[in-house]
Amino acid sequence: MRHHAHHFASAEAEFEASKQGMWVFLVTEVLMFGGLLVGYGIFRNLYPEAFHEAHKHLAVSLGAINTVFLISSSVTMALAVTYTQMGKRVAASCSLIGTLTLAFSFLCVKYVEYSHKFHDGLLPAGYFTNTELKLPEAPLFFSLYFMTTGLHMLHVLIGMGLLIWILRRTWSGELSSGYCTPTELVGFYWHFVDLVWIFLFPLLYLVG
Amino acid sequence: MSNYLAAKGLRSWLTTLDHKRIGLMYLFSIFVFFLLGGIFALILRLHLFGWGKDLLSADMYNQFFTFHGAIMIFLVIIPGIPGALGNFILPIMLGAKDVAFPRLNLASYYIFMVGAIFAASALFLRGADGGWTFYTPYSIRTNTTVLLVLTGALIAGFSSILTALNFIISIHKLRAPGMTWDRLPLFLWALYATSIIQILATPVLAITLVLLIAERVLQIGIFDPKLGGDPILFQHFFWFYSHPAVYIMILPAMGVISEVIPVFSRKPIFGYKAIAYSSFGIALIAFIVWGHHMVVSGQSELANFLFSLLTMFVAVPTGIKVFSWVGTMYRGSIHLYAPMLYALGFLELFTIGGLTGIFLATLAIDVHMTDTYFVVAHFHYVMVGGTIMGLLAGVHYWFPKMTGRLYSERDAAISFWSILIGFNVTFFPQFILGAQGMPRRYWHYLPEYTMLNRVSTVGSWFIGFGFLYLMIYMWKAVRYGKASGSNPWSALTLEWQTSSPPPTENFEIDPVVTDWPYAYAPDNVHMAVNK
Repeated sequence: MRHHAHHFASAEAEFEASKQGMWVFLVTEVLMFGGLLVGYGIFRNLYPEAFHEAHKHLAVSLGAINTVFLISSSVTMALAVTYTQMGKRVAASCSLIGTLTLAFSFLCVKYVEYSHKFHDGLLPAGYFTNTELKLPEAPLFFSLYFMTTGLHMLHVLIGMGLLIWILRRTWSGELSSGYCTPTELVGFYWHFVDLVWIFLFPLLYLVG
Repeated sequence: MSNYLAAKGLRSWLTTLDHKRIGLMYLFSIFVFFLLGGIFALILRLHLFGWGKDLLSADMYNQFFTFHGAIMIFLVIIPGIPGALGNFILPIMLGAKDVAFPRLNLASYYIFMVGAIFAASALFLRGADGGWTFYTPYSIRTNTTVLLVLTGALIAGFSSILTALNFIISIHKLRAPGMTWDRLPLFLWALYATSIIQILATPVLAITLVLLIAERVLQIGIFDPKLGGDPILFQHFFWFYSHPAVYIMILPAMGVISEVIPVFSRKPIFGYKAIAYSSFGIALIAFIVWGHHMVVSGQSELANFLFSLLTMFVAVPTGIKVFSWVGTMYRGSIHLYAPMLYALGFLELFTIGGLTGIFLATLAIDVHMTDTYFVVAHFHYVMVGGTIMGLLAGVHYWFPKMTGRLYSERDAAISFWSILIGFNVTFFPQFILGAQGMPRRYWHYLPEYTMLNRVSTVGSWFIGFGFLYLMIYMWKAVRYGKASGSNPWSALTLEWQTSSPPPTENFEIDPVVTDWPYAYAPDNVHMAVNK
């Protein structure tokens, strides 16, 4: 296969350009999540009491398990990149499958969490029906909870799609020591998704 | 070697990865949207001519100005110069074969079109109102299909981000051998600064629109006072993007002007570095002045004071540019062909627009002027006088490169004067109307405003005629124009060193840069124009 496009001088130059492009893309992601976190900061500052009461309704243990899942998935992702660079096809594929499994576990836990919230009526402001939480601003916490974790989950899903794409190309031997730009870039993205959760977990589950 | 236009058929266009074809597809699409937005504007002005006799119902009027604004901002002015001229010219100016990521480039065009279709589909459903700013809580409550326009703007935003990303990486990685940063053409400096703003600001608009869409669909309450949310927060988020966005609109136009003025003055550009770096000064200040849109929204006096002061600072890098252009023309050998006419038009209109911006940055005056026609006039002087004049300067400057043909200079001059005079007749009276207190976005006005409104409407007909005329002679030039040769303006930047239209890979021999591109001498150069 062709290793670099006609408008680049070398495969190395193309890889450098792609890597830089991914960094710039991640900057846009930071700003997008940044906007949401600013919203969180403002409302938490306006209604500290309501946020404190509301956050008690989140399951810290489930959140913690998910944190472990995502951090581990970053480890397996890093391994996948290294194995691909070394040309170890089977090890790289297994690491990618491991990453996918951890991501899927994350989604399962999230499903359990979400269904509890739905059941208890802890929903975005307009649909909020929970009767235990009396403070009028508490529903806003759940609006922000669903917006931030929902947007993050969308990123996890997109990441899983990318991982499957990489896995197929790794298994077929297309991505190997000679050419592994897609694996490295998906790796960047996956670490970013992990990092977002590292911010969301303490802000939503831990800070009272 | 065959040129990039050689392949025929719709399919060869829709699946192309060639930046030049993608640029032309942008240009064509943007022109269609411009016509649509322009028709709305002409009807609005016509309505305001006939005081007492109502052409539009109040609801229709609200919808028309909303569509005029949303189309012109999101589908014309923001993507205009980067999408059309930037895509076409940037790689050739760099001496590259294409942008860094050609497939992403084509994707960004399609994403843009999907966004446009979403926004336009609202026209055939229940419309949209509330203006292009979508202020909450009205945008949450309105019964119109504003959701489609919001989604359209969100999608178009991603296209804007991808184009910017492509430009940044191309400028970093694909410069021809010998093109050091201090030999980079000023149009590219301007596009680079623009791209940085697009990368940093557009994601914030994206999340704002996502929240507003979620507000309408899921009632999350973040911007809804009824549910404990804060509508002013929407304004902060919105302007955190939309103020920098006006520099996304104007900086590329300034880049075009920086190319045109030295070529048609036959003099080295004055203050190359000052012009290049001042773009970044503008980009930086762009992010810390958003509050000047919210002086009467109840923000603190201290915030008002700081935003007012910071806004004044914008005048410094902007002034550096304007004086550098004037300095370039001083004792130059000026050739008054169409691109230069538009560059001079830019200078006149943008200076008026910029100076009235200082009026508005002054707190006491701003309180009086907020939401009056003064703001409308200021905005149009900057955005039409700035961006559209810059776009037209660029289109006329690079037309021979794009098509290999010449348009009639005489026709171009007729169209230019019609647009320039029409523009001033349309918008200058609006400064006076605003100062006298006529509010903007109102369907009716008091009888004492009749005279100036009628003058303004008559002016809009001249603008309409100018563009109609432009369409005709451009079409004639594409079909029957004389061959332009590779470099009709005797310009020094790389895009003029290849044939017109350029070959698919831009250059027959990979170029090597040995000098900066503005070493013009006031020789009696003969420009190969079609008089």
